[in-house]
Amino acid sequence: MKINEIFYFMKNRLINNISLTSLLLTLFFIFLISCTSKDMDVKKVDSHEGTEDIVEVKKVSTIDEYAVDPPPFTDGIFPCNDCHGYQDPNPVRRDLVEWHDDISFKHDSENRWCLDCHDIKQRDSLRLANGKLLDFKESYKLCGQCHGEKYRDWKVGVHGKRTGEWNGKKHYLLCVSCHNPHTPKFKKLKPDPAPMKQEDIKLVKKSENIESNEK
Amino acid sequence: MKNDNKRRSFLKNISLATFSTLALSGCNMKEIDEFLQGNFRELTPEEKDEIVKNLAEKYKKRYGKEFTVSDEPAMVGVLFGYALDISRCIGCRKCVTACVKENNQSRDPQIQWIQVLEMEKERGVDLHHSNINYDHEKVPEKGHFYFPVQCQQCRNPQCVTVCPAKATWQEKDGIVVVDYNWCIGCRYCMAACPYGARHFNWGEPTIPTEEINTDVHYLGNRPRQKGVVEKCTFCVQRVRKGKYPSCVEICPVGARKFGNLLDPESEVRYILDNKRVLVLKQELNTQPKFYYYFG
Amino acid sequence: MNFSRFLTGSLKIIFQGGKYYFAWLIFLTILTLWGAYGYYGQLTDGLITTNMRDSVSWAFYIGNFTFLVGVAAAAVMLVIPAYIYHWGPIKEIVIFGELLAVCAVIMSIAFVVVDIGHPLRFWHMLPFVGTMNFPYSILAWDFFVLFAYFIINATVVIHLLYSAFNKKEYNKKLVLFLVLASVPMAVGIHTVTAFLFNALPARPFWNSALLAPRFLASAFCSGPAILLILFQLLRKYTKFEIKNEALFTIAELMVYSMFIYLFFTVAELFKEFYSGTEHLLYWEYLLFGLGDNKEIVFYSWGSIIMGVIAFFLFLVPKTRKNFITLNIGAVLIYFSVYIEKGMALIIPGFTPDVLGQIYVYKPSMTEIQTAVMVFSLGFLLFTFLTKIAIAIMFEGYNYEKVNILKKIK
Repeated sequence: MKINEIFYFMKNRLINNISLTSLLLTLFFIFLISCTSKDMDVKKVDSHEGTEDIVEVKKVSTIDEYAVDPPPFTDGIFPCNDCHGYQDPNPVRRDLVEWHDDISFKHDSENRWCLDCHDIKQRDSLRLANGKLLDFKESYKLCGQCHGEKYRDWKVGVHGKRTGEWNGKKHYLLCVSCHNPHTPKFKKLKPDPAPMKQEDIKLVKKSENIESNEK
Repeated sequence: MKNDNKRRSFLKNISLATFSTLALSGCNMKEIDEFLQGNFRELTPEEKDEIVKNLAEKYKKRYGKEFTVSDEPAMVGVLFGYALDISRCIGCRKCVTACVKENNQSRDPQIQWIQVLEMEKERGVDLHHSNINYDHEKVPEKGHFYFPVQCQQCRNPQCVTVCPAKATWQEKDGIVVVDYNWCIGCRYCMAACPYGARHFNWGEPTIPTEEINTDVHYLGNRPRQKGVVEKCTFCVQRVRKGKYPSCVEICPVGARKFGNLLDPESEVRYILDNKRVLVLKQELNTQPKFYYYFG
Repeated sequence: MNFSRFLTGSLKIIFQGGKYYFAWLIFLTILTLWGAYGYYGQLTDGLITTNMRDSVSWAFYIGNFTFLVGVAAAAVMLVIPAYIYHWGPIKEIVIFGELLAVCAVIMSIAFVVVDIGHPLRFWHMLPFVGTMNFPYSILAWDFFVLFAYFIINATVVIHLLYSAFNKKEYNKKLVLFLVLASVPMAVGIHTVTAFLFNALPARPFWNSALLAPRFLASAFCSGPAILLILFQLLRKYTKFEIKNEALFTIAELMVYSMFIYLFFTVAELFKEFYSGTEHLLYWEYLLFGLGDNKEIVFYSWGSIIMGVIAFFLFLVPKTRKNFITLNIGAVLIYFSVYIEKGMALIIPGFTPDVLGQIYVYKPSMTEIQTAVMVFSLGFLLFTFLTKIAIAIMFEGYNYEKVNILKKIK
């Protein structure tokens, strides 16, 4: 009889405490599960983490040769020797009137003129300050004489429009692909349209073509 | 009493059966599978393959084009960094347009992952006096400079900390991504982001079919649905194959640079070493991997 | 067996009442249906039917959620003074406080559900079946504590009513333990909700250490206001008895918390206005507007003026002990805190936004309709629960009387 009483008493106690017990158990399990799912934890990525593999170091070329797009010649202007081959060179500094008058020269025009960059004898070549001849495909070396900083940055890929592969072959453009060597200053551009004002973003009445949403 | 019980249980069973039929008739098996899909990080490779295959089929049905849906994981030994030259940006917004096209962003309601701010030269970098809606005939406008902002892919991302469902996380290559099938749309991450980099699909996104990019990544530029958050992923679908993000490639003045921070020969390491960089809202300790510099 | 007859008995009593009662029910039902129509539009077309956008990504719904969590917390806070001041009907006070808390918690969770983009995906943030981001995400904590608070309060209420209905003695130890546990839980839910906003360094308006204390102080102003009015109504229409002194003491306690709240707010204002950093812009927008954008200035000053008037009405003993001014004060403080926890908390946090741009927000029709739906459903639930509680506690309604009702029918 007594045992029954005790059993009955404990059963009642247990039932009354079930809500409490289940609440505590639920709390305990939530703590246990959530705190042990370590692989899903927020990870702070450090810049020095993740170097399990040795990264392939690409040696900077000691020879200043870069695979570039061809120079952006106007149609028919090259080779220069087609016209200049049978002309007498005139080294006197002057404004050009008969030919090449479409060229507006605004590149240190106080001190420089055509023959500082174009060779007087070899018209199909450019020339460095020391007289060394350059192909038009290497015009960057010429620009680099005065614009050393830009040249240094360009060689690494930090100056200029960047296309190609970030972990492979970089695609280089000649300076003159973007900068007109005679009038280098960039013209202003028309910008793409401004973003819509958020006040104007409203519900769009859809046509029947677009399917209904999935969950 | 007994008859009462019998009647009660019969009614109960009938109503349960009716309800289940009604509920199930609205969906097909694929939709139910997608609904019950787990968090992307907990899936096995086989489950991922299955999901990616189903998505390609779904997109083909919806847009009528062949899609390649990739779930390419991060490359080993790579941590992506970005550098933007604010002495060069002219505010032409070509990056915004290229990003919208590459990443299948909704045209209406409009979403743009890159936001270009026009700032006054006299004030310097001052967000509260900046203007995002500038609309000039030609840029750059005199007396102003331009400051594009997008996801900074922080090393200490606030958005990841606050997401209640772990629907957004940082991958091993440093890109913070969103699982669009797991996001519940609570927008806590949007409140937490100090750079306004996260955007919400308030309505069903619309993309003109002829402009859709069919080369997509599960965590990146695949077409999204309404009610989920999205953001710049450094073009995860491109950079994991060695290409540059679209914004880097399109910039006509070369203001944008990108590379592997762990590679000492990369452009972005060169910039950190040789130019002076700053990060936006540095005092918040988000440690962005998006650097601004003056080239 | 006992429980099911308790349920059926409760259901029966809900549909018993006079014409005013049914008029009230019908009124709430009409409001619910009107609201549900708006919510349906939101479900099909998406949250674009609201006026929330990327710049202001939380607004009316979350404002209501925050306010209701405050009400839920404060409803239970009266338990301690009830014990200390030996207010006679402690059990009744506890029951009604907890009933209000239960309804407020359900309403606040409902506001979260209508706010998220994919309500059916809520299971993603649960532990076990989903991937709950515990302990990093405060939202995960909030869900957790709200759920626990709901369970505690619901258990106490159901147990007390069930015992009375079945003419049994209630388990004093269990009830006492749970009621005492519910008080720190009440502080807990509102602190965690405050931390939800506090945790964001991106939002300087909320990133102040005083946010959580101000939350609790203003919650303690608003919750008891509802009970103040409710107790007077119960006293008039049922056998519920409560001394005038007890009601005046409630008002007095509210004065203390109002004073603390005013002091904290002045402290915040001093820091922002005196230091005059860029963070001042949010307070400027709230109180004076920025440039042409003066949209919420009216509401913020309205809230301040109502609050100050209520403070003085409760402070001065003459007006505190006059039931007309007392009730005016209660209504004023309720609406003052409603604005202050709602729009005057959420909108300045987002205006100007993180990139310095200003988006002007005001609730759309869909948001108003959805909010009306949630509030009407909550009021309906509260009406039903109060009816059951009144019947069982004051009119001696129990399992024997159920059958009597049947015979009368």
